[in-house]
Amino acid sequence: MAADLSEDSVGIVEPQQIHIDEPLTLRSGKVLPACDIVYETYGELNAEKTNAILVCHALSGDHHAAGYHADDENKSGWWETCIGPGKAIDTNLFFVVSMNNLGGCGGTTGPASINPETNKYWGPDFPVVTVRDWVKSQAMLMDRLDITKWAAVVGGSLGGMQVLRWAISYPDRLANAVCIAAAPKLSAQNIAFNEVARQSITTDPNFYDGCYLEHGTYPKQGLTLARMVGHITYLSDSAMRAKFGKTVTDFESEASNFGRDLRSGKLSFGFNVDFQVESYLHYQGERFSANFDANTYLLMTKALDYFDPSVDYDGDLSKAFTNGDCKFLLVSFSTDWRFPPERSQELVNDLLNAGREVTYVEVEADQGHDAFLLPIPRYINAFKGYLNRVYEEVTGNAP
Amino acid sequence: MRPDLEIIQQWIEPNSRVLDLGCGDGDLLHYLETTKQARGIGLEIDEENIQHCIENGVNVIEQNLDQGLSNFQSNSFDTVLLAQTLQALSNPDQLIDEMLRIGEKGIITFPNFGNWKSRLYLATKGRMPVSKFMPHQWYDTPNIHFCTVKDFDALCRDKNIKVLTRTVVDSQHKGSWAMKSWPNFLGEIAIYHITKD
Repeated sequence: MAADLSEDSVGIVEPQQIHIDEPLTLRSGKVLPACDIVYETYGELNAEKTNAILVCHALSGDHHAAGYHADDENKSGWWETCIGPGKAIDTNLFFVVSMNNLGGCGGTTGPASINPETNKYWGPDFPVVTVRDWVKSQAMLMDRLDITKWAAVVGGSLGGMQVLRWAISYPDRLANAVCIAAAPKLSAQNIAFNEVARQSITTDPNFYDGCYLEHGTYPKQGLTLARMVGHITYLSDSAMRAKFGKTVTDFESEASNFGRDLRSGKLSFGFNVDFQVESYLHYQGERFSANFDANTYLLMTKALDYFDPSVDYDGDLSKAFTNGDCKFLLVSFSTDWRFPPERSQELVNDLLNAGREVTYVEVEADQGHDAFLLPIPRYINAFKGYLNRVYEEVTGNAP
Repeated sequence: MRPDLEIIQQWIEPNSRVLDLGCGDGDLLHYLETTKQARGIGLEIDEENIQHCIENGVNVIEQNLDQGLSNFQSNSFDTVLLAQTLQALSNPDQLIDEMLRIGEKGIITFPNFGNWKSRLYLATKGRMPVSKFMPHQWYDTPNIHFCTVKDFDALCRDKNIKVLTRTVVDSQHKGSWAMKSWPNFLGEIAIYHITKD
């Protein structure tokens, strides 16, 4: 199938790479002497350089947020629903920058890159990076693109946490912060799920203490399992029912089946895969494990666990937001149990207490945490309506 | 501009912080922001209204007033507004307390059920008043706590709330000398500017 190069897609895009020969002191105290950053851009930067939007990716995302790569015209960028001509992040209006974060596995320096000092894979020696470090490196890219202020920094989930960090670390370098399906910090339950994911990776015999690439292998089982656990937390109960109960047509059976569709029509009375949901999770997990670096997964989950900007402000996050005048849009989804609406409300309250301008929308949606990636009309309309206003405010022109 | 909003805006100081409870499509806040450089936040639960606010550039927070306002700090706003929403609240008296905790001043508008038309309707028909202005039946109305100007005056006295200004207007939002003399009988909409005593 050829790529969906319809009018609302940015079409074929090509990643770009930049070498940053400037030491980056990380939150851990370690120093990354230099790094490569891989990024994509969509749309045109205006002459005044006021229409730039930074998109921040979540745990398993990368720089490929929209459009298609020439060598894989079947797979669109991870936020194709929201980035493109006429979409919420309208590439007819905005210049969109999306980079692969440090420690990632999309080409930016990370554990699967070669450490120039040893000429070996970084592997487990790649330093633990935090959201704060990512934002620092994003600012380095920003400087090299000659952009002084983002019209908006935008992201969902872990991406939303980077948005919050931008507003705290560089309050004067963004006009708007759009933080979707995020939280001020992880809950104990969130961290618990991450630890299960990490344990499943590090106890895989093919993990080799993180040096699996040296051994020409990767912890397929562990990474598959980690992704399966993660995937469960991205979906809601109702989303699973809908996804795995489609074949049942009459109402009574549907009510009793609860999305428990059988894979082959009958029970195996063994420990094989019986239900559709099992086979789906296996498929998703295996596909993911073949395309994602296990050490990156460990790093990303740690960045999530460590995120808590209030630690520098006596535990009072509102104090973190006293500088700057960027406006905020926060969005949450009703069935998101990973970062439920209450977590976004905490953020709203902290921002209000800091006297900041906030808009908050709680979208009724069945899809759980994944909803932020999906074309849910109310969400898209609010997102688009907000960014169209942003365009008017930063350029002085009607969209 | 709705005429009751025309009256309200006179009481808003330039550059003040305004919290609008049940802000609708954000028209008043937008007006106050452009003409008085007010810094406004609106609370609303209707999806269409919220979308209008966003497109209007008005800060709006999706929050149900019946769940209270405990997330707002004391004295964090200059004025807290409640326009044509009082009668739809579960606990209007508690919300008024909250308004004056959060804001220095409060502005409340509500339909006056002591108006002669309501009295006449109930007296002659023996049924709950339904009008073009208040079109709902008793069973499907969102308006669950109707009161009269006299009732509201009594509540303010009980709560030691100081009434700075009380205005009543008709459904076209026009006032008259007669309404000033017999507000509870002639006024259709009551507009109160209040503060802590």
